[in-house]
Amino acid sequence: MRKFAFMLVLLMSPMLAAEDLYMVRSQLSFPEAMTVLQQAISDSGYQVSRVQRVDIGLTTFGYKTDKYRVVFFGKLAEIRELGDQQPDLLAYLPLKIAIFAENEETILLSSSFAHLRSFYSSPELLASFDRWETDIQSILDRVRMVQ
Amino acid sequence: MLIPYPAFIGVALTMLASQAVFATAPQGALLFERHCAACHGMEGDGGVGIPLNLNDFLAVASDDYLRATLREGRPGRVMPAFPGLSDDEVKAITGHIRSWSDDDSPDYGTGPIQGQAERGEVLFANHCASCHGDRGQGGAGTGVTFSRPRGAPIEAPSLDNPGFQNSVSDAMLKATLLRGREGTPMPSVAALGLQEQDADDLVAHLRQLNTGSGAEPEPVPEPVIQFESSYDLEQTMENLKQAVVGRNFRVIREQYVEQGLAAEGEENTRRVMLYFCNFALLNDALAIDPRVGMFLPCRITLVETEGSVRVMSINPKNLSRLFNNQQLDQACQQMHDLYEEIMEEATL
Repeated sequence: MRKFAFMLVLLMSPMLAAEDLYMVRSQLSFPEAMTVLQQAISDSGYQVSRVQRVDIGLTTFGYKTDKYRVVFFGKLAEIRELGDQQPDLLAYLPLKIAIFAENEETILLSSSFAHLRSFYSSPELLASFDRWETDIQSILDRVRMVQ
Repeated sequence: MLIPYPAFIGVALTMLASQAVFATAPQGALLFERHCAACHGMEGDGGVGIPLNLNDFLAVASDDYLRATLREGRPGRVMPAFPGLSDDEVKAITGHIRSWSDDDSPDYGTGPIQGQAERGEVLFANHCASCHGDRGQGGAGTGVTFSRPRGAPIEAPSLDNPGFQNSVSDAMLKATLLRGREGTPMPSVAALGLQEQDADDLVAHLRQLNTGSGAEPEPVPEPVIQFESSYDLEQTMENLKQAVVGRNFRVIREQYVEQGLAAEGEENTRRVMLYFCNFALLNDALAIDPRVGMFLPCRITLVETEGSVRVMSINPKNLSRLFNNQQLDQACQQMHDLYEEIMEEATL
């Protein structure tokens, strides 16, 4: 009985750790970091589909920066195929990385797919999650390491 | 030249020790950069996370406290736990943080401080609650953050947090009260006209705060909010726009899911997205957590499959779990309800 209760708790709240939110600080200025980010995305075989501004009205609300963007990217064939097989995942696609300035430095943010894994069982899809996680971490690391 | 055996052992041990130092120091800096600097800054100046390089903090924060904090995090208060780091890695990060101070780690005993909790409760209400909250729940928001001037005071830590309570010793609490923390609004008890016995009573009270650690875990929310529409794709999109505007959002853009990926004119036109925003809500969300870009902009996706139209969005309640921010969880609950209302109205 106790074992069952323990398993139930595990199922109800799978562990999400710090490593599941990818967040890096780049010492590059915002425009430089944005350039490196887009190049890193492209070099990883993805295509940037849109850079969305999130800063409209921020400074008028008293914020110190208006440099806040979300970069969407993906692979056309992959998105088409997933849209056929698992249409609900389109809510999470294209992939995205948020990027914003903090003083003279830049912070970039994305996430793993740990929060989705327990809801999907297809080995192909789980392999896609693995690949996206590796690629996103590699893209973020590249921006972080450029001085 | 022959080195006497005991001296040889000594030299060997010294070499090993210095190798360990060389191995630890740079590794600690690298690990800090990788796991901590995004929030706390490269030099520990603070940002989304609190400043770590303050003299008064490092003078009272023991290495045990820093290690336990890395392990436990602060549930619901942004600072995550790092269960995946090895003991050596945690030690290396702690060593790097310690390198910002000339002081060694304080060596506290583990014994409890004897004080009168009832008296401490009154002192807390009079001197501490205005910053730390009446229940010790701490100030709102994150640390310094990109959105606020650097000189602004940091948010008061949550003293009832189970991660904090499990990491801090009675002696460290008392040392913090006696010393205060220059560079933050935290004064010393002497500056408040209090005595050492008052600090003991405050510690006794702080140890009785309800950490809420016995709360039942909630079921994991579904990752996607979905509805099936009673209308065709075009009519559903029109309904959505009306529902969005009716809830004080502004429609930003309607586009194909494949836009920007497929050549113009070759996109799948039966998969579309509607972006919308409410700037007041956006700014409220940024004040709670500057990392909310992961949820932005608000978006609903429409997919036509085999004659039916599915309407879907991310479930903010599911994604919010990654952020370890209780305030954000509450905002995401509201956003979830709004998404549901909008989609229900547009599809029924």
